[in-house]
Amino acid sequence: MTVISILAIAVTLLIMIALAKPVGLYLAAAFDYAPNRINRIFSPIERILYKISGVREESQSWKMYALSLIGSNAIMIFIVYLVLRFQGMLPLNPAGIANMEPTLAFNTAISFMANTDLQHYSGESGVSYLSQISVLVFAMFVSPATGLALVMAFIRGLTGKAAGNFFVDLIRALTRVLLPVAFVSALLFVFMGVPQTFEPAATATTIEGTQQEIARGPIASFLAIKELGNNGGGFLGVNSAHPFENPNGLSNLLQILLMLLVTTSLPFAYGKMAGSIKQGRVLFVSMLMMLIVMTSISLTAEHVGNPALNALGIQHDQGSMEGKEVRFGEAQSAFYSVITTAAETGAVNTMHDTLTPIGGMVPLVNMMLNTVFGGMGVGFVNVLMYAIIAVFLSGLMVGRTPEFLGRKIEGKEMKLIAVTLLVQPFLILVPTAIALATNPDTISNPGFHGLTQALYEFTSSAANNGSGFEGLGDATPFWNISTGIVMFLGRYVSMVTLLAVAGSLAAKKPIPQSSGTFRTDTAMFGAVFVGVVLIVGALTFFPAVVLGPIAEQLTL
Amino acid sequence: MDKIEKKKKMLSGDMLGAALRESFVKLDPRIMMRNPVMFVVEIGFLVTLLLCFVPDAFGGSVPRWFNIVTTLILLLTLLFANFAEALAEGRGKAQANSLKKTKQDISANKISSGGAIKTVPASELRKGDFVVVESGELIPGDGEVVEGLASVDESAITGESAPVIKEAGGDFSSVTGGTKVVSDRIKVRISADPGESFLDRMISLVEGAKRQKTPNEIALNTVLVSLTLIFLIVVVTLPFFSGFLGIQLEIPILIALLVCLIPTTIGGLLSAIGIAGMDRVTQFNVLAMSGKAVEASGDINTIILDKTGTITFGNRMASEFVPVQSVKEEETAYWAAISSLKDETPEGRSVLELMKKNGLPYDEKIGEGGTFIEFQAETRMSGIDLVDGRHVRKGSVDAVKQWVRSQGGTIPADLDDRGAVIATAGGTPLAVAVDSRIYGLIHLKDTVKPGMRERFEQMRRMGIKTIMCTGDNPLTAATIAREAGVDDFIAESKPEDKIAVIRREQAEGKLVAMTGDGTNDAPALAQADVGIAMNSGTVAAKEAANMVDLDSDPSKIIEVVAIGKQLLMTRGALTTFSIANDVAKYFAIIPAMFMVAIPQMQALNIMRLDSPLSAILSALIFNAIIIPLLIPLAMKGVAYKPMSTSRLLGKNLLIYGFGGLVAPFIGIKLIDLAVQALI
Repeated sequence: MTVISILAIAVTLLIMIALAKPVGLYLAAAFDYAPNRINRIFSPIERILYKISGVREESQSWKMYALSLIGSNAIMIFIVYLVLRFQGMLPLNPAGIANMEPTLAFNTAISFMANTDLQHYSGESGVSYLSQISVLVFAMFVSPATGLALVMAFIRGLTGKAAGNFFVDLIRALTRVLLPVAFVSALLFVFMGVPQTFEPAATATTIEGTQQEIARGPIASFLAIKELGNNGGGFLGVNSAHPFENPNGLSNLLQILLMLLVTTSLPFAYGKMAGSIKQGRVLFVSMLMMLIVMTSISLTAEHVGNPALNALGIQHDQGSMEGKEVRFGEAQSAFYSVITTAAETGAVNTMHDTLTPIGGMVPLVNMMLNTVFGGMGVGFVNVLMYAIIAVFLSGLMVGRTPEFLGRKIEGKEMKLIAVTLLVQPFLILVPTAIALATNPDTISNPGFHGLTQALYEFTSSAANNGSGFEGLGDATPFWNISTGIVMFLGRYVSMVTLLAVAGSLAAKKPIPQSSGTFRTDTAMFGAVFVGVVLIVGALTFFPAVVLGPIAEQLTL
Repeated sequence: MDKIEKKKKMLSGDMLGAALRESFVKLDPRIMMRNPVMFVVEIGFLVTLLLCFVPDAFGGSVPRWFNIVTTLILLLTLLFANFAEALAEGRGKAQANSLKKTKQDISANKISSGGAIKTVPASELRKGDFVVVESGELIPGDGEVVEGLASVDESAITGESAPVIKEAGGDFSSVTGGTKVVSDRIKVRISADPGESFLDRMISLVEGAKRQKTPNEIALNTVLVSLTLIFLIVVVTLPFFSGFLGIQLEIPILIALLVCLIPTTIGGLLSAIGIAGMDRVTQFNVLAMSGKAVEASGDINTIILDKTGTITFGNRMASEFVPVQSVKEEETAYWAAISSLKDETPEGRSVLELMKKNGLPYDEKIGEGGTFIEFQAETRMSGIDLVDGRHVRKGSVDAVKQWVRSQGGTIPADLDDRGAVIATAGGTPLAVAVDSRIYGLIHLKDTVKPGMRERFEQMRRMGIKTIMCTGDNPLTAATIAREAGVDDFIAESKPEDKIAVIRREQAEGKLVAMTGDGTNDAPALAQADVGIAMNSGTVAAKEAANMVDLDSDPSKIIEVVAIGKQLLMTRGALTTFSIANDVAKYFAIIPAMFMVAIPQMQALNIMRLDSPLSAILSALIFNAIIIPLLIPLAMKGVAYKPMSTSRLLGKNLLIYGFGGLVAPFIGIKLIDLAVQALI
């Protein structure tokens, strides 16, 4: 690994750190219901949208907020499903792509609305241009907007404010965050060489004289929201490994920054909304530490490469290059795999299946923890849930009924959190066990690596990441339906339970801080938070990880 | 009974025997079901028990001895947990039994409507009945003295053998059933129906019969259940994972893994911690009406304390002699002492004490044969008429001035100024005069009890604000407040003021504690989150409060707060310990499970445990014996010294978090060495 490649990663992280706070402050202001400058700029446009859609700018109850979120998402899932099912008969289909098969459409509709973008189809041959730009891109905007609305409502709850209005938040997420940033970055991608066209695939004659179909299309616009919205679904089958979807180092950098942009800024938005930036900074730094550790493990594993191959005397100065694009090299490929799973995006610029066992374990662990920043909105809500658990344990240890931001954590909140905590292990381990027992023939590798393939698929679904370990014969009804269900539950169960936690906390009378209060803005709290995340995560997934990547590494 | 002796008796062999018996009774699944964590262990136990008799019930090939040993360890784990709970309950039961003895067969002299006295069993008395209690008789029920005055021995309830005076009217009129009248005769109006008396409530409380889970216990229990379910998912899915790899996992080994992972340590000790916490309060002679109240006391933000009796001794003591005009200080002191020679009031005695303390000489003989003039409300002076005819007086400045003038004496010009200085400082000036000459002033001061300042300092570190209530004027109140180091005070306070302060603090989201004894304290006691009534107080106060202090020591509230905190800390510390333990257990069991099929797993066997079976047994044994090892901690509670929260957290994290991570690595390794020798 060269000094330059490490420097490049360091610079990327520095840009990310520099952007986090200003973007966070912008987000806090953008979702504030009190009049401010941002409201004055955007409100006139939004009013028109409210008028058209019949949205009244009134705060909803917590139940209503959750119901609006789930209801509107369910309806949109159904619309996406219908379009995919009948795309063959609908316009804007120059390649004449057929209707999507029902279980695959079920999977894809949930996948895109649940911000997962697990793709059991290949973009070039599975979906029409209409599907790509209308329903898929539509879902890729609405699902991160939903996540952003959720996190804002959740933070409002923790800080004792009213829930707000889901539809107002949803529209604000689109008009004030996603559309402007996506628009600008799409243009930048075009400038970097990403195609944006409605022309069908080009036909080229190769040097050998054979005819080759080169897929293209409106990729730049798709790519921008794919990364910014932590969606991750590729326009093309091989996602950001394709030169049209990630032409060079600069586009790679922009993609990484877009993936991290919102999720790394949310701690600061939260700090601002909670009235103390320090509250958010502690969480930001804790997550950054985890990210740096994960990155280091991944880089080391990929650099050292496969000991069995190294023993054969194969030159490995460039690290393990299997499955990686030469234009990115080992460092940028490994780094991308860490970021895409930390931010739960799921875009890939390298095939995770070909990472070294430990290099492949890092993305897996990122998704299992789902707290190394995490996906758009939902990731940070998950982080706050772990913060509440950390507060609960450490509050007890200083001899007080635990309180978070001045609100007591009691039986009701802990019951809801206990349910939420169960969701992730259940959705990952149980379906994986079922798949391993009933569908071993769809798994392309035997042994530990095969186990990891199945485990990865469900972890990616439950964490709404969407990246695949590949090598899985996953376009079968079993995988379509099982991952579809896992993605749906993985997304919406915790949304409802955690909104209920927020509602319950919002109703409590805040207790003023005293020297006896356990402070949540100190380095010690950061350490407790990381400890809780790692211990709960490790205890839950240790056996599965041991039988997958760790056993694979040990037996190489 | 001496308290230490009492405690010794509480841990007698009888109690251990009873707890041991209870441990087996509690194996009943219907009782076990109330503790989900241990219930899972019990199911595991039943499965391995079955395997002892039918080793191949699930097609396994584990040696039979392993099944038997596992079954035994699981049984022990269950018994240890039950024993902890039974032991905690046992202490209360022993106390309840001794209370019950006092209750037996009391007869009452009931006054019937005609006025005739009839002897009836105490159990027939109803609210509103009148009884007469003579010296040497037990008071048949809770009530209020309506006539007479008597000294009552309340040791049956308080453990304090010195009798207390009870009289009709005022704040000392309430009597408790089961206590004994040792002198005189009183007429009592019964205020409780049978089964509802203070003694009955006390018995049911210490017995823990009506123990309900407290809010925090419920919250923690939820977390434990959630962890248990997570591990259940982990263990149930594991055979499918290994099955894909062609590795067969044995049922008893999976059960061992499950039992090691679920939080049995805290699960087994949780109810014992709660009961022991209540019990610690009781041992402290404070009766908490619910566990919730004890828990709430750990959360207190503000404590409202009465000045008199709590913060200060309540009587004014001489602190300084202030001469006037040309008089020397020694002279002032001398005559002040003479005036107090036969004065038995606390003020009088304090003058002589101050003399001794300052090493000032006075001649006691002068007073011999003199006539003592007692303090009277009209004269507002006391003193002595000496044999040589001189009249020595001390008293309120105005009264003494008048007395001197009436004898034709002059008033020193600086007397009023010096008096004002004392008053400004919160003291009371007493003038000292001999016949027509005024010799100066005695500065009387309400003295803060020793150690109070340090206590308030501690409370500030615990994040608790103290508010002092006093009937004194604002100046005096401010001085005492400054001296004692309380954060705030209310001067010239009326009972309504206390409620107002409590409401104001509560409106800010704070939890407020207060102590009180009078009937007019009752509303405030009810309003406070933690209200501690003095046992010497009125029935109304005791009814309104959620704790009763049997020793009637208002400053005990501070210890109650510490006990409440300790209760929560013990839960938190043991939970953290329990969860942190799992890391080492994983490193013991997981490599052991797969080492045969995947020899490279040896790399994860970082403890270098001998063999797969010994590794699993060692983890399981550690998991079992850690419960009895921690019983003393659960009973006594985690050591608590007031310090800043971050230091406290740091300390507990180090001991129970980091310690919990490391201890099992050492423990399991040591057990493995022993097990290795055996198999």
